[in-house]
Amino acid sequence: MTVSTQQRLEMLRTMLLARRFEETLTELCQQPDKIHGMMILATGQEAVGSGACAALSPADVIVTNHRSHHHLLARGADPKALMAEIFGRRTGCNKGKSGTLHLAVPEVNALCTTTVVGGGFPIATGLGFAQQYRGETAVTACFFGDGATSEGSFHEALNLAGLWRLPVVFVCENNRYAAAQGYDEHTPIESLATRADAYGMPGEQVDGNDAPAVFEVTRRARERALAGEGPTLIECMTYRWRGHGEGDPQRYQPAEEIAAWKARCPIERLSETLRARGELSDAELDDLRASTAAVVAEAVRFAEESPWPEPREALDDVWVA
Amino acid sequence: MSGSREGEMTMQTLGMGQAVNQALREEMARDSRIFLAGEGIGVGIHDSPMMPTAGLLEAFGPGRVKDTPVSEAAIAGLAVGAAAGGLRPVVEVMFNPFFTLASDMIINHAAKLRYLSGGKTRFPLVVRIKSGAGFGAGCQHSHNLEAWVAHCPGLKVVMPATPADAKGLLKSAIRDDNPVIFIEDMGLYFAPDAVPEDDYTIPIGKADIKRAGTDVTVVTWSKMLGVAMQAAEQLAGEGVDVEVVDLRTLTPLDSETILASVRKTGRLVVLHEATRTGGFAGEVAAVVMEQAFTDLKAPLRRVTGPDIPVPASPPLEQFYIPDAGQVVAAIREIV
Repeated sequence: MTVSTQQRLEMLRTMLLARRFEETLTELCQQPDKIHGMMILATGQEAVGSGACAALSPADVIVTNHRSHHHLLARGADPKALMAEIFGRRTGCNKGKSGTLHLAVPEVNALCTTTVVGGGFPIATGLGFAQQYRGETAVTACFFGDGATSEGSFHEALNLAGLWRLPVVFVCENNRYAAAQGYDEHTPIESLATRADAYGMPGEQVDGNDAPAVFEVTRRARERALAGEGPTLIECMTYRWRGHGEGDPQRYQPAEEIAAWKARCPIERLSETLRARGELSDAELDDLRASTAAVVAEAVRFAEESPWPEPREALDDVWVA
Repeated sequence: MSGSREGEMTMQTLGMGQAVNQALREEMARDSRIFLAGEGIGVGIHDSPMMPTAGLLEAFGPGRVKDTPVSEAAIAGLAVGAAAGGLRPVVEVMFNPFFTLASDMIINHAAKLRYLSGGKTRFPLVVRIKSGAGFGAGCQHSHNLEAWVAHCPGLKVVMPATPADAKGLLKSAIRDDNPVIFIEDMGLYFAPDAVPEDDYTIPIGKADIKRAGTDVTVVTWSKMLGVAMQAAEQLAGEGVDVEVVDLRTLTPLDSETILASVRKTGRLVVLHEATRTGGFAGEVAAVVMEQAFTDLKAPLRRVTGPDIPVPASPPLEQFYIPDAGQVVAAIREIV
């Protein structure tokens, strides 16, 4: 099965949206008193969220992590509700309880977002179990970074998912850094995909800056899961353009390394492909850029105009009554 | 087992493990969303009809009674994810100290993810934990950690002292839409007592006065209820009338019942098997000091395990576990 033009254009659109969303967050972080708290971005990694989510159906569930904006936007989350949550406003998707780090958007089946590194693996296994238990035609996609594979939860969860052949697609976003540690400083093997062997599941490495390639490998993993053949570990090779968070001076990332990866921009790459195939004109690309920028501008306006939560609203939402 | 009538209810004699088993059996028959997972809960090394999951694999099959690898984080995460996915998991932690291996999934996830979602998600899960000293296994199998979990907002903590309470409280826990930590003292598995045969629930968050009295209140829970009752019997012969309050639930705490009892008796002893410093007796004491200080006729007392890991050798382990003599001595100091 090949990727359709419409699917390529949709991936381009969600990548442009995520890029504009996060570039705007970078700008906002540089202004005083706009954004409170941490800001962790996936600029440059958009092909992973866009490619993988394009291969999922609305019934599928995603589990994401602290670097989640591109996954959630690709999944169709409302940019206004996300931005308002990042601003800490009452109109945010989580009423200001989450902030940017643990954005949960059940409306798009992003049920659990965890910023405990590695926290998503066992939960994704449980979600996959629920899908298998009920015989649903749905899978769980679990997004995580290369650093998370050093956690013990990676071993426990992938072992159980492999053992029970759970319908989970483990999508590793290998952006070459775990906080300030380069890949070679935290992992002694060349490819994380080879770890799949230990859990009786296939592992596949893919160019994580090539959205249609990520789409294709995710689509195959999803079909395998739905056929009852169990989980797949996908390693998407990409790169973190920004620091771990905004304000990180990136002293440990060589400038030439960053430049080399920026030259492999996933958005440039897909738009070039589309243009070469005659599927996208310069004017259409300009329109896409303008429309996604307008969506983000509207999200910022909505967030800035939204009310703060009342302090005592902090007491709400601990318990189901 | 032969039934006998007590009031309107037909009674049976069960250990707490059997009472838990009956609650699981009845709830699983009622609701197909309920499944069990844990280490050796289907085919296990502790093969006794007194154990809580005995016979459930045979009754409900391997699709609903899941023996897992030795993998506490995966077990707890399975519960969190499956609950988010609409099931009602009941998972087991084989021994309380192993909870530390499951704790990230429970403390950072089960307890917090609903709040983080702004109330959009729910995690109806039960973590059954086998607990208690007294079986000679030492401190990595015996360590009462109830105060740790009670300190975490978002978790309900239930710790029954009788088989009848265990059955009714476990049913409530399973039907609750919040995460519930359900701690069973294994010593109680082998202490048979009367249990109604009916389908009944006991509300979470409600203490129970197991013995009414007028001179001193003993607040306790789980296996220490038996110790408190022994002490009360002993002192009854000396004309000291002890009221025994069985908390049954640590969080949410039934302050009302504690305060009403202390206001009546004017004296308080808090008894638990867990170690002293940072133990839940401190919380009970603080509630009383804040709200019933002027009703106290004497300083309150705590009777607890000493601040040491639980030792293995029988005389050392018996030294660790609070006994009726210590409770009697504490009461004598203040009456």
